Amino acid sequence: MSDQQILNLEERFQQRIDAEIKVEPKDWMPEKYRKTLIRQISQHAHSEIVGMLPEGNWISRAPSLRRKVALLAKVQDEAGHGLYLYSAAETLGAERDQLTRDLLDGKAKYSSIFNYPTLSWADIGAIGWLVDGAAIMNQVMLTRNSYGPYARAMVKICKEESFHQRQGYEIMLTLAKGTEEQKAMAQDALNRWWWPSLMMFGPSDAESTHSAQSMKWKIKRKSNDELRQQFVDVTIPQADFLGLSVPDKDLKWNEESGHYDFGPIDWDEFWRVVKGNGPCNRDRIKARRKAYDEGKWVREAAMAHAEKKKERKAKLAKSA
Amino acid sequence: MSDKKNWPLYEVFIRSKNGLNHRHVGSLHATDEEMALENARDVYTRRSEGVSIWVVESRHIFASNPDEAGELFEPAQDKVYRHPTFYELPDEVKHI
Ligand SMILES: [Fe+2]
Ligand SMILES: [Fe+2]
Repeated sequence: MSDQQILNLEERFQQRIDAEIKVEPKDWMPEKYRKTLIRQISQHAHSEIVGMLPEGNWISRAPSLRRKVALLAKVQDEAGHGLYLYSAAETLGAERDQLTRDLLDGKAKYSSIFNYPTLSWADIGAIGWLVDGAAIMNQVMLTRNSYGPYARAMVKICKEESFHQRQGYEIMLTLAKGTEEQKAMAQDALNRWWWPSLMMFGPSDAESTHSAQSMKWKIKRKSNDELRQQFVDVTIPQADFLGLSVPDKDLKWNEESGHYDFGPIDWDEFWRVVKGNGPCNRDRIKARRKAYDEGKWVREAAMAHAEKKKERKAKLAKSA
Repeated sequence: MSDKKNWPLYEVFIRSKNGLNHRHVGSLHATDEEMALENARDVYTRRSEGVSIWVVESRHIFASNPDEAGELFEPAQDKVYRHPTFYELPDEVKHI
């Protein structure tokens, strides 16, 4: 194809995006659109999968059967989310096994939030409330993104997420209404998860490298800072209701703007964790590698079994 | 670290309740149809989203090419006489 032809195709592609026509798997798309989506969707998928680890840590120690079945169901949902997303990435020509290996080799990123440890039961409450809450903000926006399979996966995910956030908030509510010690636990969890949750929306708009193009292609429809502000605005009243306070001395309601002002984010910490030096980065990848390596014989045996079954069926059909 | 043989990809279709068509919901990997069906239940129907599941290996789906959508679908566009509104009847005629 000549450069001029590609230019024309790109123009037509943009016109369709502007007209809110979704892009579907076999449609022509600019290579960069495809690559951006594969990167973003697979990072998102990896986040769902790695995100099972900090919470999985508490399944066996949940304080009641009610909490245990809820947490188990939530973690299972996250596995499902990972699978919907890998499936969407595969429609773009990505190969599943390659995506997994990129994660295990440390080549692919996932949300930094999951590199923080879950030290107490209250962390499970804080994660459901804040981490799933922040994820929902982002995912609701993504239900309207321009790539059909990704948008459809997001619709399904969003339907499932709201239970995650509610179960988290319920845990916080129970602790906040409990003994002094329990309330202190809840406050401690909020203290540790607040800033990392705000970082989940990514670098500030001024620093964000991919944003402009992604907005133009409608892969994103709101900027990182917009989503972050939206999250702060809905979350602060929820913290107030719990009788807990977020660890930010600069936080205050701004009558004029109709939003909460909040203090500066420690971007050095953000980049430190992104680059692999958060409290749990090594543990997380180690756990994923272990699962992959130890599951190898199962994957192979299942394949061999299926092939044998097929052969047997073929033989039976012949002799019949 | 790569497995020599990857599990094939299956497309999953679900009928959410009787009276509705099966609808494509996504894909998954499995060693054979039976495993694909079981996995589809766990991945796509954790909240009773379905009463029936179809799975088919993705490579068996023969699809139209979007680049040829013009030739394929445009012939239908100028056939207005296939629609009831094409036919002019007086208002007095009822139930038609
Ligand atoms: Fe999720
Ligand atoms: Fe979730």
